[in-house]
Amino acid sequence: MIGRRALLGWMQAAPLTLVLLCFLVAPIAMIVVVSFWGATEFSIYPAFQLDNYAFLFGSPVTYKVFLATFKYALITWALTLAIGFTVAYFLAFHVRSQTMQIALFLLCTIPFWTSNIIRMISWIPFLGRNGIANTALQNWGVTDAPLDWLLYSDFAVILAFVHLYTLFMVVPIFNTMMRIDPALLEAARDNGASGAQTLRHVILPLTKPGIMIGTIFVVTLVMGDFITVRFMSGSQKANVGRLISNDIALLQYPSAAATAVVLLATVLLIIAVLLRFVNIRKEL
Amino acid sequence: MKRRPRSFYVLAVFFALFVLFLYGPTVTIGILSFQGPQGGLTFPMNGVSLHWFRDLFEQQAVGDIWGAFRRSLALGLLVMVTTVVVSVMAGLAFRKRFAGSALLFYLAITSLVIPSILVSLGVGLIFQQLGLRVHWATSGFGSQLTWTLPFGLLIMFAVFNRFDRSFEEAARDQGASAWQTIRYVVLPIIAPSLIGVALFGFTLSYDEFARTLLTSGSYNTLPLEIFGMTTNVTTPVIYALGTLTTLFSLGIIGVFLLAGWGMARRRERLGSDAGKGV
Repeated sequence: MIGRRALLGWMQAAPLTLVLLCFLVAPIAMIVVVSFWGATEFSIYPAFQLDNYAFLFGSPVTYKVFLATFKYALITWALTLAIGFTVAYFLAFHVRSQTMQIALFLLCTIPFWTSNIIRMISWIPFLGRNGIANTALQNWGVTDAPLDWLLYSDFAVILAFVHLYTLFMVVPIFNTMMRIDPALLEAARDNGASGAQTLRHVILPLTKPGIMIGTIFVVTLVMGDFITVRFMSGSQKANVGRLISNDIALLQYPSAAATAVVLLATVLLIIAVLLRFVNIRKEL
Repeated sequence: MKRRPRSFYVLAVFFALFVLFLYGPTVTIGILSFQGPQGGLTFPMNGVSLHWFRDLFEQQAVGDIWGAFRRSLALGLLVMVTTVVVSVMAGLAFRKRFAGSALLFYLAITSLVIPSILVSLGVGLIFQQLGLRVHWATSGFGSQLTWTLPFGLLIMFAVFNRFDRSFEEAARDQGASAWQTIRYVVLPIIAPSLIGVALFGFTLSYDEFARTLLTSGSYNTLPLEIFGMTTNVTTPVIYALGTLTTLFSLGIIGVFLLAGWGMARRRERLGSDAGKGV
């Protein structure tokens, strides 16, 4: 019977396996293969050469761009964590009725199901030279001339990242907080812990798995992004994703593939480290 | 009731600001889409009109918005149905610890964390080298599944982690076959969660951009069309489009939430005949 059970399991897993083989494993393999190919101005040809990698690692631009990508990831991570943790903490421990908790939680998650592009576009009337922010600042007398760095700058890029991805922190952190046994908090209080001490020594350690899952989401989304950086910086800033998409636009697929391989290796390395701290299947 | 601590009020203000931050920009472009015909991309409002919405419904130079909408709708439904079916099957499979399950799980996680542009690039390259034409319903469809299926699978894990196996045991004890147990016991119990999986499947596909970029071929999906507009449209017509799309998304979310809520209510009413002396 065990044989039949295993067979049934494989059959049920077959569709997922098939999709992932065709549209995940095969494309990655293809990218790795093409990263060794050569390119002319119009076409690419099979070869086995290390030119693409040699060029990639020989160019100072590469290091600058990777550094910028890490910078975006780190700053966005710190901000989304701080905001996400605070919001989740409020929802989990300060809102008393469960109906209210669900309603407010939904309020936080609904933007996740709407278009990212539209949400980026909607910053334009805020941040532009004649936008709401600049008009308000000038009316209040904070500045005389409109600030140029509000839109099409690192500031705008990070603002958009935080706007788009804080939800990915709120949801898993809230999820783990809701599983904390209230008896533990009561015990901490009974033993004389202050609110801050309970937060630091009871809630924070117990929330770590949620923080890790949120971190995985935010870091990978920011590391792999190319569209937010392009749109919010007005094509003035670069990250690795844009390096790849620029090569694609110029039909330089082998060079794009080589950059993609290095990016993928970097992201998977980070995830492998983070996964050591959390068992995702248990935390759901 | 106990008095609320001062931290409650501080955090409540923080939360309100966060919600304002989340929704403020969207609401702003909602207002600005009603600009008068002479109005620009930012305040002040130059009169109030439906001019820009009317613009959307007229034949225009900016592109094929309604064709893109129809394609995105069809693709969304296709991805939704596939995501639900494949996720449920995979969820059932993962309860059995089959050989290779750990590997498949890590593949699914990889699918979730891999930079989207890699899927786009890889699938595009494969189709190109095989001499196939990329099309939203083939390569685009498959690429989007690599984004929706991991979410579906994770939801199924969450569902089955909380699933009480004694229901299945009871069904088996009463002589139900494996298929009957799934059809008449497991599926009805997990049905409300499947609405969640469907919501993820549809909306993630409907809004997907990066994975469809190089895999949709010559016919754009709506997000691609909108992104194209950002580079060459400088009138509030783009806000009008954004507002309509967002309203459509909110409508879809509302329908799914209502369906889930209705199902939960129905179950409360009909789910148990305990104590009714039937």
